[in-house]
Amino acid sequence: MFIFVVSFLMYLLLVWSGGGIPLIEILIALGVASVVTVAFRTWNRERAVRSGRLDPKRVVDFLHYLFGPFAVGLAKANIDVAKRVITGEIRPGIVKINPGLRTDIARTLLADSITLTPGTLTVDVDDDGTFFIHWIYVEDEDPSEEQLYGSFGDWARRLAE
Amino acid sequence: MFIFVAIFVLIGLAFNLLGAISLYRFPDVYTRLHGATKCTTFGTLFSMFAVVAYALGRLVMTGEARFGVLIIHSAIAAFVLLVTNATGAHALARAAHRSGLMPARAVVDRLEEFDEVRAKREGAQV
Repeated sequence: MFIFVVSFLMYLLLVWSGGGIPLIEILIALGVASVVTVAFRTWNRERAVRSGRLDPKRVVDFLHYLFGPFAVGLAKANIDVAKRVITGEIRPGIVKINPGLRTDIARTLLADSITLTPGTLTVDVDDDGTFFIHWIYVEDEDPSEEQLYGSFGDWARRLAE
Repeated sequence: MFIFVAIFVLIGLAFNLLGAISLYRFPDVYTRLHGATKCTTFGTLFSMFAVVAYALGRLVMTGEARFGVLIIHSAIAAFVLLVTNATGAHALARAAHRSGLMPARAVVDRLEEFDEVRAKREGAQV
């Protein structure tokens, strides 16, 4: 039900252009939302993703993360990579680290954050949660979490476990 | 207000340009992905800030609802861009490594070592 309402509203939001919404668009929205809901149910049989995870506190935490540490990391990463593009100073390598995350959502969140922040790119994630990360300037061949991605590991644990 | 639009467009252009240059400067697919994902994400985000600044300016001037909608649409696009760009880069890097493309000038490659161990273990079982 939650997925249905969200995809219905999202479709209407995307077709809305400031005026009224014609009836035909509402019918299309109903159709699209039904298809998405059925597809989601089929894919999510074991109910690994539940809307219960979306309580308001988590949403606020997530927004705090997105506009706080994540935005700062994103800006720093870009200035860093831009500098390396100009100077050509690189020391690439693939390092591994196991932050001990159990849920898929936490792993996805961390992998995405790693990819978008200072000089790191997630190449592969093993079944037991070991991350293989391509690092554009290897400072340490066996790095700590702190060196690689700062506080993102704690944030992923707090937001999605 | 519209001076901000110009500033944002210029910053966005600069980062997108650096992303394009990185394709020439870096030696292999992984380092190029760094440039191609980070710089273009950031550059495109700034282009979206420019759209938001423009729409905000027009919204204040004319009060037409369609400029408000433009802001909402830009925000959705920015969020989707952040998620899909990172995921796409990860998929490309993973596919590259699986098809045996090793990082150039690498000082360390833990994934290759890991793959060898895994291959040996599976070989022993067969």
